[in-house]
Amino acid sequence: MTWLSIIIAGLLTYFTRMAMIALVSREMLSERFKEVLAYVPSAVFPAIIFPAIFINDYGAFVEINDPKIFAAVIAIIVGYFSKSIISTILSGLFSYWLLIFLIFN
Amino acid sequence: MFDVSPHMLSVIPFGIICGAIGVELGFSPYLVYGMSIIIFGGASQIVFLQLLSGGASSAIAVTSVGIINSRHLLYGAVLSEYLNKLSFIKKLLISYIVVDQAFAESAKFFKNNKSEDNLHYHLIGTGSTLWICWQVATLAGIILGSFVPEELGLKFTIPLTFIAIVVQDLKKLDHVIVMLVCGISSLLFFNAPLKSYIIISPIVALFVASLILRLKK
Repeated sequence: MTWLSIIIAGLLTYFTRMAMIALVSREMLSERFKEVLAYVPSAVFPAIIFPAIFINDYGAFVEINDPKIFAAVIAIIVGYFSKSIISTILSGLFSYWLLIFLIFN
Repeated sequence: MFDVSPHMLSVIPFGIICGAIGVELGFSPYLVYGMSIIIFGGASQIVFLQLLSGGASSAIAVTSVGIINSRHLLYGAVLSEYLNKLSFIKKLLISYIVVDQAFAESAKFFKNNKSEDNLHYHLIGTGSTLWICWQVATLAGIILGSFVPEELGLKFTIPLTFIAIVVQDLKKLDHVIVMLVCGISSLLFFNAPLKSYIIISPIVALFVASLILRLKK
């Protein structure tokens, strides 16, 4: 039974990936729509970023001085100037560790 | 391939967590791993198992996966412009590996190399690299179990990897507005049923983006 739901979930997921690539031709999209699509990364990824920083494992908002907020700010500053993905991730992770192990303990 | 390699910093820990959580929740290792091949979508796999183990019906679990992954429709819409020369079969095959980080890096590459032929090889490179990492990492998570201490907070690498993806767009005011609208609505709608905040907020944000475009003209 669980296997069946996994297969259905998998087909559904595959459909979300395939539908626009294989079934919709570019003529079907208006120019205006294509212009809006340039904003897709900016319009999608914050929905993954914000809850992961501002909401804890129990579904409640974190405190304003939560280490994740500080670490994210550091990652944003480092990422903005370094233009490097690795530096962004590592600076965020290391400052997070520094905060939770040294300061907030 | 090199374009996505930094993202392994977050994909691998996330895969390990995903495998470990599945086994911890009491699901069979085969099932937990099968999902990595059949669904191949990190967050949705965890949510699926958590809902089922929490007593939700399979219909609800499957619907949640569909809603969480509906963001791929937007990725496809962006990519289709560059992949329209491919044969139907190739389109069907390449679709399987369109995941967040592959989309982000390949869409950027496509935009900067519009004139070149065979752009799709870039997406094959990013997508299959991430696919292999995901398979190895979830498998490792299943075998190692909770070997990775939770105190390390490796889950935090997920928002970091996506910050790294969008951070350069902070230079453009219109993108900053769209990001804030998306982020704030994701917090406002966080408790909407079936994790639907993940598609509601992009729709709100894209609506704002279309308003911005109209104002610009």
